[in-house]
Amino acid sequence: MAESIASLNNLLVLSLAFVSGFIIMAIELLGGRILAPYFGSSIFVWGSIITVFMLSLSLGYLFGGRLSLRDPSLKQHGTFFVVAAFLLLPLILFGNQIMETLFLIIEDPRYGSLIVSMLLFFLPTVVLGMVAPYSVRLLVMDSTRSGHVAGTLYFVSTLGSALGTLATSFYLVLWFEVNQILITMSLVLFLAGILAITSNRTFSSHAANAELSQ
Amino acid sequence: MKSSISVFVILCLTGTFSLLSANPVFAQIGIREIHQERSLYRNIIVTEDSSRRCLRFTITRRTGQNQSCRFLDNPQRLVFPYAKMTLSSLLVQDNPERILIIGLGGGTLPAVYSTLFPQAEIIISEIDEAVLRVAENFFDFEQSASIKVDVGDARVYVKRAGLRNEKFDLVILDAFNGEYIPEHLMTEEFLEEIRVLLSDDGMLVSNTFSSSRLYDAESQTYYNVFGEIFNLRMPNTGNRIIIASMQDLPPADTLTMRAPALQQRLLAFGMDVMDYLPNMSTAIDWNTSERPLTDQYSPANLLNN
Repeated sequence: MAESIASLNNLLVLSLAFVSGFIIMAIELLGGRILAPYFGSSIFVWGSIITVFMLSLSLGYLFGGRLSLRDPSLKQHGTFFVVAAFLLLPLILFGNQIMETLFLIIEDPRYGSLIVSMLLFFLPTVVLGMVAPYSVRLLVMDSTRSGHVAGTLYFVSTLGSALGTLATSFYLVLWFEVNQILITMSLVLFLAGILAITSNRTFSSHAANAELSQ
Repeated sequence: MKSSISVFVILCLTGTFSLLSANPVFAQIGIREIHQERSLYRNIIVTEDSSRRCLRFTITRRTGQNQSCRFLDNPQRLVFPYAKMTLSSLLVQDNPERILIIGLGGGTLPAVYSTLFPQAEIIISEIDEAVLRVAENFFDFEQSASIKVDVGDARVYVKRAGLRNEKFDLVILDAFNGEYIPEHLMTEEFLEEIRVLLSDDGMLVSNTFSSSRLYDAESQTYYNVFGEIFNLRMPNTGNRIIIASMQDLPPADTLTMRAPALQQRLLAFGMDVMDYLPNMSTAIDWNTSERPLTDQYSPANLLNN
């Protein structure tokens, strides 16, 4: 019983990593679309977006790893997703006003696009970056298997990124408006987070029952 | 063993270089490649045969591959239908004093318009600095007091010019080629920004596509922003010209009345405007239920497949 719950638990963590990988790249790809009306689609606009995503992911990895040291739980893992869902809202609700303001203040489209990318994408991407190292901690039960676990995790989350890129650039932009896609992503993150938080409860109550029956 | 490997590598490398310098595709059809470079945005190739010099952005042999061509013996004569179709728009609004051209290419349109309107101020927005260099070095393009180039993205230029309250009598949008369409230059919001730039009797002339779902989506987008538009399509070309004006479009008999005078002025460019006049139409010949393009929804490249 405890074992099957543990493997269900692992499946959930891996699925969450897939979702986060998918959404990170979908947002990055939409970033080019979002910035183009104000800063164009010159090569430095993509340079700004990619820089900000790499920077925020790197910091997210650092913070996620740090946080995993203290009482790691699915509940906390789930809160990353809920927080990321809310951090996407400024991009959806105030993106245009923010870009408009910065466009008026900064003449050089290189720094304009860099600063706007920081304002719009930095926080949600940092939080989504925390998912990967934290997932490793939730999955690792035994240090000899840690490399294998990390490998599987990166496989799943990067596969998610690949599919997120493909789906967004081939189909989603053909079917939906940019904001419709972003709102859906925010909702998916929120629901994924709630699922993780509630699973934590069932997981711990089952774990408690298992302990009692021993 | 080691030396035989290096010989092999050298052979491969020289093979690659000779392939680049004498492209067999071009050689077969008597075309010489006189310049090739890879810019930040594209490959730029300048070719020449016995009669003309051309600028192209790809080396494959596909129709519409030449961005710009000119005859060696008479550079003023226009080679491509799209340039002649663009000039036909002068039937709608003539004598522009300030002109904005988006997309430099080989500098054909700036040359024609500055010959026709020597007093006019012409500003060209071009994203790729390398295209400007190639136009200067191989197509005799020159900047002057009245012809200026702004290197950068056109959307940014148009937005900033609007903030500076600049006005243009004529905006020519010539930034699309078959390989890649800048999607942010096709949306309702962009056309609204161009409207802000246009003087009271200003006109927008776009050189764009005549097929695929993009035809429907683009037409509907222009219609939403400008109301009635002229569509100019010619047989045997994939181009079409959209003419949108701040004024009501003139009726057909007004165009016919203006045509003879313009015909005389355009003869020097190797065109007869009478050939184009009958094809200028305000008919709504597109599927009006196609979604218009906006900053939120502009899959122009996907629709153009």
